[in-house]
Amino acid sequence: MQLAVLSGFVLAAFAPLFQRWCGERASQALALYPAALALWFLTQLPAVAAGEVLVFTLEWVPSLGISLTFLVDGLSLLFGLLITVIGTFVLIYAGGYLKGHPDLARFHLVLLAFMVSMLGLVLADGLLTLFIFWELTSITSYLLIGFNHSDLEARKSARQGLFVTVAGGLALMAGLVMLGIAGGSWSISELNAMDDLLREHELYTPLLICLLLGAFTKSAQFPFHFWLPNAMAAPTPVSSYLHSATMVKAGIYLLARLQPGLGGTELWVVTLSLVGALTMFTGAFLAIRHTNIKKLLAYSTIMALGTLTMLLGIGTEGALIAFVTFLLAHSLYKGALFMVAGILDHETGTKDVSAMGGLRFAMPVTAVAACVAALSLAGVPPLFGFIGKELMFESVLEAGAWRWLIVLLAFSAAVLTIAVAAIVALKPFFGERRETPRAPHEAPSDMLAGPVVLAGLSLLLGVLPFLAADGVLVAAAGAVAGEPLTFYLSLWHGINLPLIMSLVGLVLGYLVFQRWARIRGRLARLEPVLSRGPEAGYEWLMDAIVRVSEWQTRVLQNGYMRNYILVMVVTLAVLVGYSLLIRHSPQLAIHLDVQFHELIVVALMVMGALVACVSRSRLAAVASVGIMGFCIALIFILFSAPDLGITQLLVETLTVILLILVLFRLPRFAKLSTPLERVRDVAVAGSMGLLIMLLVLTVVDSNQFVPISDYMIANSVPLAHGRNIVNVILVDYRALDTLGEIFVLALAAIGVYAMLKLVAPKPTAKSTKGSAAKEAKDG
Amino acid sequence: MVKSGTIILNTAARLLMPLQLLFSVFLLLRGHDEPGGGFIAGLVASGAFALYLFAYGVTATKSVLRMVDPRDLIGFGLLLGMISIFPAWFQDQPFLTAQWWTIPGVDFKFSTPLIFDVGVYLAVLGTMLTAIMTLMEVDKDEP
Repeated sequence: MQLAVLSGFVLAAFAPLFQRWCGERASQALALYPAALALWFLTQLPAVAAGEVLVFTLEWVPSLGISLTFLVDGLSLLFGLLITVIGTFVLIYAGGYLKGHPDLARFHLVLLAFMVSMLGLVLADGLLTLFIFWELTSITSYLLIGFNHSDLEARKSARQGLFVTVAGGLALMAGLVMLGIAGGSWSISELNAMDDLLREHELYTPLLICLLLGAFTKSAQFPFHFWLPNAMAAPTPVSSYLHSATMVKAGIYLLARLQPGLGGTELWVVTLSLVGALTMFTGAFLAIRHTNIKKLLAYSTIMALGTLTMLLGIGTEGALIAFVTFLLAHSLYKGALFMVAGILDHETGTKDVSAMGGLRFAMPVTAVAACVAALSLAGVPPLFGFIGKELMFESVLEAGAWRWLIVLLAFSAAVLTIAVAAIVALKPFFGERRETPRAPHEAPSDMLAGPVVLAGLSLLLGVLPFLAADGVLVAAAGAVAGEPLTFYLSLWHGINLPLIMSLVGLVLGYLVFQRWARIRGRLARLEPVLSRGPEAGYEWLMDAIVRVSEWQTRVLQNGYMRNYILVMVVTLAVLVGYSLLIRHSPQLAIHLDVQFHELIVVALMVMGALVACVSRSRLAAVASVGIMGFCIALIFILFSAPDLGITQLLVETLTVILLILVLFRLPRFAKLSTPLERVRDVAVAGSMGLLIMLLVLTVVDSNQFVPISDYMIANSVPLAHGRNIVNVILVDYRALDTLGEIFVLALAAIGVYAMLKLVAPKPTAKSTKGSAAKEAKDG
Repeated sequence: MVKSGTIILNTAARLLMPLQLLFSVFLLLRGHDEPGGGFIAGLVASGAFALYLFAYGVTATKSVLRMVDPRDLIGFGLLLGMISIFPAWFQDQPFLTAQWWTIPGVDFKFSTPLIFDVGVYLAVLGTMLTAIMTLMEVDKDEP
């Protein structure tokens, strides 16, 4: 199972080859993959509907207890089916929509990668696995929004989507880690089985807030909704797939997935139902301002996402049933409508609904599919959307907290949605014929397949609702509730309040549609207010980040080596000195047990240092620094550490060689600093030296830990077959460290090479070269 | 500055370089038991080449190295370091566990630490040579 899903990544990598082999048929060929997975999911339907939970475990990092576990229950299966079925049609559709596009292979690659990530996200049982797939969907979404990367708007929108979802992803990661700590488990199924442990845990509030931030950004909830309409810069198959049917529902999925373990508290109920209701209303309200068909649909998607969040928040049994029903209904009709929007755009050359009209003769099949899907969106019987809306009204009327506000918001959102549905379905296809940039004709069959099948399913499931209910919805609602549920879906609920609300809504919605042009004119006056929405906040934040980084780059990265060294040394001296004085109160108990020859070596070193400081000749300074190095080597040898001594000698020799090579490239010696600055430098250097001395003395004095060297000495020969402990440490005990170090060494060499060879023929910023050479030596 | 052109240095470099290189291999191979090891040996070898570079210049040194580019040495060293990881996996032991084999007939212990040490040797040598030669070449470019 895992391999079947993950093999999609391999297939994605081969997408360009498919393009070469199959040419125009590549889309259809690749669509076989999600189709096969969809068939597999369908065969699992009976078992899952019977309440079984299929678990697939694959050991991943056994030493850390991380396994790649996939879990198929009702909710996963519902999402899995949506992803694979809609994915199949989207791939076929894309083959027609992007026919002849030079980057079609890239599109296939990213879309397949997204599909696999999304499947992994909904199937994963481990929190970390889920998170990895979650981030992968964000990244693939970024690549798909920015598919037309020569377009500035597309790039900007892609970046915005990425920033918002990835910022939420960071919060989500914190939330998941807290969840793992609070529950003591990384498995979602185990966490959900803990009764009230999580709800009563002290981390519950911060954990939930972080999770909600992640879910709300991903699922475009208010006030993070603004990225979704902008994401419409993506090609329409992407909008249809990622930004309505699947990816934006990932946040909703997460909340539904965790609802048995985390849901039901006051914080959960109030936050979710209010944010959901507000999002629902905002989406519907902002939708009718637009004439761009994709924007209209995008805002109505926000409305649907808000509805789903709200239903989860209400959380009664009825609300959860409404949740799964609405979810399925929305994916079907919205997927179809987006594909219709793409067809209209493709065939007429415009996205503006007010510029289209009377297309029903030119493209009859599209018109029928669009009308059926739009009727489902509006919630007109006998379509599946009607059942979803009825259930939604029923559960809103049962809502506990803030009931009347939520009812009001839900009702007005429903009215506006009906208007949107009418605009999308009636404007382009009915009324008088209008001239469009391109002469319209019926779309090719590969583009029609998706909308026709999805709209057909909306109708089929509406007439025969038990197919959906018994197939997957009962099991899905049970998975969200955390206990098995039984219910029946039906079109006719008798004459009750929800039905009356629906009917009144239909009338009002039609009235709004009639006066659409006038309402739009009125709303245009609100533009100054609306433009100060959350998106303006986002823009301000981005500008602020750029300004702050410009400022701190100017201050910190000013290109003067002396400033860098000054900052580093002062920082080190202050931080280390502070903790040394506070925590360890250094003692200056110096035992003067020094031999005469050792004193001579020390005196030589002091002299070397002094000469290096006062010398006017660079060569002399380098040489006297070299003297110090050799003296250190001498000390190593005196204290019988031959390996260290040899290394020190060699390093010192090579350093002098490198320094000399660099020195020839420096400008003439000049005095740049004022006397005052020199005093400051002396103070900084002196305090650093003093600090290191104190530090060494303290370290020598303290015996807080049992030295590890005893173990190393004892085991060097029996375990590592070597008598030279220094070398055994380097290549055996601490081999991983050494491996890292030689990689750093290689990087330094590449740095030197790049800086000297690749920059420019003209010499620039000489001081940095010296530092690179030094790094190469020290690394 | 590249060529010093003094006879003493030239002769010394020509005689010393092979000896130094030989010595570096000696240090490398005995490193596990006696003072030495890949890092030190790599530095000694770099010293040998540095001497030659100062005596004869970059072009002559490159012709001594023939086909070998110092940058390739770095890559090869890193590769050897990575290769030494894998034998432990085939034995179902944790990452980087040392593996020892005795070669029949010869009294020599062959092991993954040795492969690793050779990798360190090459990486150090390559890095130093890249740095020194690049610096010297830049000097040559600018008369």
